[in-house]
Amino acid sequence: MANTLYEVGRYSSFIKSLFYKPEKFSIYVRQVFREMVNLGIGSLWLVALTSAFMGAVITIQSAYNLVNPMVPLWAVGIVARDSIIIEFSPTIIMLVLAGKVGSNIASEIGTMRVTEQIDALEIMGINSSGYLVLPKIIAAIIICPVVVIVSMIIGITGGWIAGDLSGVVPSADYLKGLQNQFLPFNVTFAMIKTVVFAFIITSVPAYHGYYTNGGALEVGQSSTKGVVNSSILILIFDYILTQLILA
Amino acid sequence: MIEVDNISKQFGDKKVLEDVSCVFEQGKINLIIGGSGQGKTVLMKCVVGLFEVDKGRVLYDGRNFSEMSFGERKPIRQEIGMLFQGGALFDSLTVEQNVTFPLSMFTNMSAAEKRDRANFCLQRVNLENVNKLLPSAISGGMKKRVAIARAIAMNPKYLFCDEPNSGLDPKTSILIDELIKEITEEYNITTIINTHDMNTVMSIGEKIIFIYKGKKYWEGSNNDIMHSQNQELNDFVFASRWMKAVKQHF
Repeated sequence: MANTLYEVGRYSSFIKSLFYKPEKFSIYVRQVFREMVNLGIGSLWLVALTSAFMGAVITIQSAYNLVNPMVPLWAVGIVARDSIIIEFSPTIIMLVLAGKVGSNIASEIGTMRVTEQIDALEIMGINSSGYLVLPKIIAAIIICPVVVIVSMIIGITGGWIAGDLSGVVPSADYLKGLQNQFLPFNVTFAMIKTVVFAFIITSVPAYHGYYTNGGALEVGQSSTKGVVNSSILILIFDYILTQLILA
Repeated sequence: MIEVDNISKQFGDKKVLEDVSCVFEQGKINLIIGGSGQGKTVLMKCVVGLFEVDKGRVLYDGRNFSEMSFGERKPIRQEIGMLFQGGALFDSLTVEQNVTFPLSMFTNMSAAEKRDRANFCLQRVNLENVNKLLPSAISGGMKKRVAIARAIAMNPKYLFCDEPNSGLDPKTSILIDELIKEITEEYNITTIINTHDMNTVMSIGEKIIFIYKGKKYWEGSNNDIMHSQNQELNDFVFASRWMKAVKQHF
């Protein structure tokens, strides 16, 4: 318990330290764009692949479970759409990104720590945490909603193609379901979750990387801790946000 | 000049530095020597502010560095150049970008001016045609020289070197020592080197501070070492048979 409180306190101090006045604003802006490419564009293929197959699986499983003759077949479209928009794209895709992006951030910053590159920044008078971490957080907060929207589109399209190719849900029924009872607020809710999760998947691994102490073994441990803790936090905040916003 | 005034540092229950006082003089090569785990790296890190001292103070030309906030320290930090043991070059940047990095952060120099400055600094450390290479593509000795070029890019008043010869062959070690000596004299800077390399101690050590069990045990020059009666210092410096023979012949 004392250790958890210590970690929470140190994490809070770490987050506070990110917001000192930047040494040179233009360099931070350039870093943000670079990170947007690294975090977002670099993850697109993985997001596209995961979304397409998950969309297909959600559609086929929904059709398999909706066997009641009272439930029309086009309901599969509604279930697939809402599952993808509310839960799959913002939560599962962000969990996938927590693995890819989180381990990358923790190992990059952890390696910089153990090879004294962070000390070199500090010696120069640069706020190392702000310079290394803040651009990543801002970039993730900007680019992750775009990635999640892309995931929603690909997931829903994947479900459509799988349903049609397998003959489980004809195109007409699926498209009818997609357009039925659509709540635009679901997308807003998904975006709120995405922004919170984007903050978690960048700040938590960065925190673990920044406080790495030792060598290659500890860098690996920091990377693992970063991914595990950010994944757990995503699930906890998923519940909290759902309770706060939808309940 | 840097004055270290009665500083102490401990980690948990372990006292690593105890009431250390010394003066690092301008225009001279100041060495901190001592065995592994005796506190010399902690002393250097306390002086540059990577560790906060528990007691005492560090003065940079009369400015009390220890009592300054992060923001207040920035102007002094821009006067500091540091050569780390492994070079600490930024992996993702080319050699030229590494050298121009502090210039990009703290000056309004144009790209051409920064390139000229990088070329000047790299030539000063006898490196040419490496500007576009990544640190992973150059040798250990070259990394050290690039790190020196980066350290002098901002015309520092204080140069810190943490074991500059570790992992280098004897010839390259001598080259790095001579380079540091030349730069110190040329720019009249306060240079502090943390080392346990006896070649460095004997060849360029103008002022030497010996740290033993977290305390300053001895202070003098490379000539004084030969006549020292300090048992701990002699055990450390003249540990090898060859060095013992040198002392006997002296």
